[in-house]
Amino acid sequence: MSRRGLVFVAGGLVLAILYPWLVRAAGAAGLPVAPNYLINVGMLVCFTAFIGQSWNISGGFAGQMSFGHVVFFGTGAYGMAILQVTYGWNPWLAWPVAAALGAGVGWLIGALAFRAGLKGSYFALITLAVAEVFRILANSVPFTRGGLGLLIKADPGMANLQFRDPIWVYYLALLLCVAGLLIAWRLTRTRFGARLVAIRENEDAARALGIDVYAEKVKVLALSGAMGAAGGAFYVQKYLYVDPWIAFGVDKSVEMLLVSMVGGAGTIVGPLIGAGALTAINEITRMLASVVPALKNVQPLSLIVYGAMLILIVARLPDGLASLFGRRRGEAGRA
Amino acid sequence: MLDPAIIFAGVLNGLLAGGIYVLVAVGLTLIYGVLHIINFAHGSLLMLAMYAVFFLWRLLGIDPYVALPIVIAGSFAFGYVLYRGLIGRLSHGRDENILLITLGLAIVFDNVALLLFTGDSQTIDVAYAGTIVQVGAAFLPLPKIISFLAAIALCGVLGVVMARSQLGKAIRAVARERQGARLVGIDVEHVFAIAYGIGIACLGAAACLLMPTFYVSPTSGHAFVLIAFTTVVLGGMGSFVGAAAGGLIIGITESLGGLLLGEQLGQIGISLIFILILLLRPTGLFGVGR
Repeated sequence: MSRRGLVFVAGGLVLAILYPWLVRAAGAAGLPVAPNYLINVGMLVCFTAFIGQSWNISGGFAGQMSFGHVVFFGTGAYGMAILQVTYGWNPWLAWPVAAALGAGVGWLIGALAFRAGLKGSYFALITLAVAEVFRILANSVPFTRGGLGLLIKADPGMANLQFRDPIWVYYLALLLCVAGLLIAWRLTRTRFGARLVAIRENEDAARALGIDVYAEKVKVLALSGAMGAAGGAFYVQKYLYVDPWIAFGVDKSVEMLLVSMVGGAGTIVGPLIGAGALTAINEITRMLASVVPALKNVQPLSLIVYGAMLILIVARLPDGLASLFGRRRGEAGRA
Repeated sequence: MLDPAIIFAGVLNGLLAGGIYVLVAVGLTLIYGVLHIINFAHGSLLMLAMYAVFFLWRLLGIDPYVALPIVIAGSFAFGYVLYRGLIGRLSHGRDENILLITLGLAIVFDNVALLLFTGDSQTIDVAYAGTIVQVGAAFLPLPKIISFLAAIALCGVLGVVMARSQLGKAIRAVARERQGARLVGIDVEHVFAIAYGIGIACLGAAACLLMPTFYVSPTSGHAFVLIAFTTVVLGGMGSFVGAAAGGLIIGITESLGGLLLGEQLGQIGISLIFILILLLRPTGLFGVGR
């Protein structure tokens, strides 16, 4: 990384760490801001960036586009909830196990789908169907309590990974976000990442170079699954509730794909930029709706804008918003 | 064990539900099976067509069956323009791009509908909606029988058009060998758009036949997306007989699955069929390998 890049990254990180204290100070100084609301928004950006990064690892870097990525999110969410509620585990212990479950599901889907040679839109559709199967199962089997969902007992405290102060939740999400960025950055620096890009660009050529295409694709889906599940576990721990629709609804799959595609699939910072844009559009329309009575029902507008952005980006800006920032893509970038 | 009469009724009801799936899927067979355009907006376009039928009835008092020619023509035009103006132009001919663009369209359509029509579900109230026909132990709603017969007829017509007519020949030529088709003087983009338009016109027909017994809301297309893709993949890409058989099989599976496994778990059958077919026999039941 260049010296300028390093300064840029360090500056961003310091700013992200100071952010909650800055907005609190601004609130205390009498500025018209709602500190806890802004901290919450920051948390949402980090969290959305992280689950978007989970999609980006397999969908962007390796080119295996999934339409059912929520299956990992939901596996992690339910894993985290069931281990605590049914088996009385400590959440700190349950979290890595939930992530491992996600990796297992990713490995299983990859092993089945890639062995059958599914790629492109077929892979996208089969992941969609798998997520549906998981949703219906979660709705029907006893250990998820069906449509009732699972409620985790609220008991704030560091030992229980529950926090009264939103700052700690923000820092947790920031940690995830940074971890996601680091993983993506590693992919641009390692042979594993280079092999993934080779597979994305031309699978047959990659195979001819001696790359074990099947094994690499399964590996990246397991990695992506672990990340998605870690995100799902975080979500459950924040809201202390999960039901089949939250865990496996198609909306979240679309959200994961959208933030990554809009921000820039296959780039390191793409999901973060996409998450920032999505959250900003969301909050602005929400604010408009609450301030101007005539615009009470404009909520869907944010998704309309986002759908239109997706179309435009696919058509005109295949590297997403990230490419607008004029910074050269990493070594893993498309030629 | 279950009473055979109940099974019989379940199979008949499943067949009728399957007829609806055939209706929704037959357009997709043309778009996805023949042209390999992954139309993820299929469900959302059905939803829009259903709203068109609803408003024709609500505002102008046009019966959904009478509205058939209007909605079909309108859907065709909409589909043609949509392909010509957006999908074909923006996708640069890449599979994944079409998938993403049609996903973007689905998001836009769904939320425009939510914005304009709110999330409430709307129904049409026609006199014959409640008419019941008794077949053995089964009581079947007349509109569903009509939609079933229409679905089979539609498959037949499309199959003949594709196999016999000049247009069908052009569509198949374009699907198989784009450059070659261009060289012999076929306007490729025009034919693609026509075929896409026909596929959406089928959705228009489906909407008219569905509305007497279904409700419409901005999300009512969602349920059909996976079903339609499953039908096409199960029947075999591009086969109209396959689409008919696939839709009926899925209808029966769902009905019997609901009977044996309960309402919730019964839905799992469709997704499982889809996964298994893709994994084990991607050419489908009636498809030929390409």
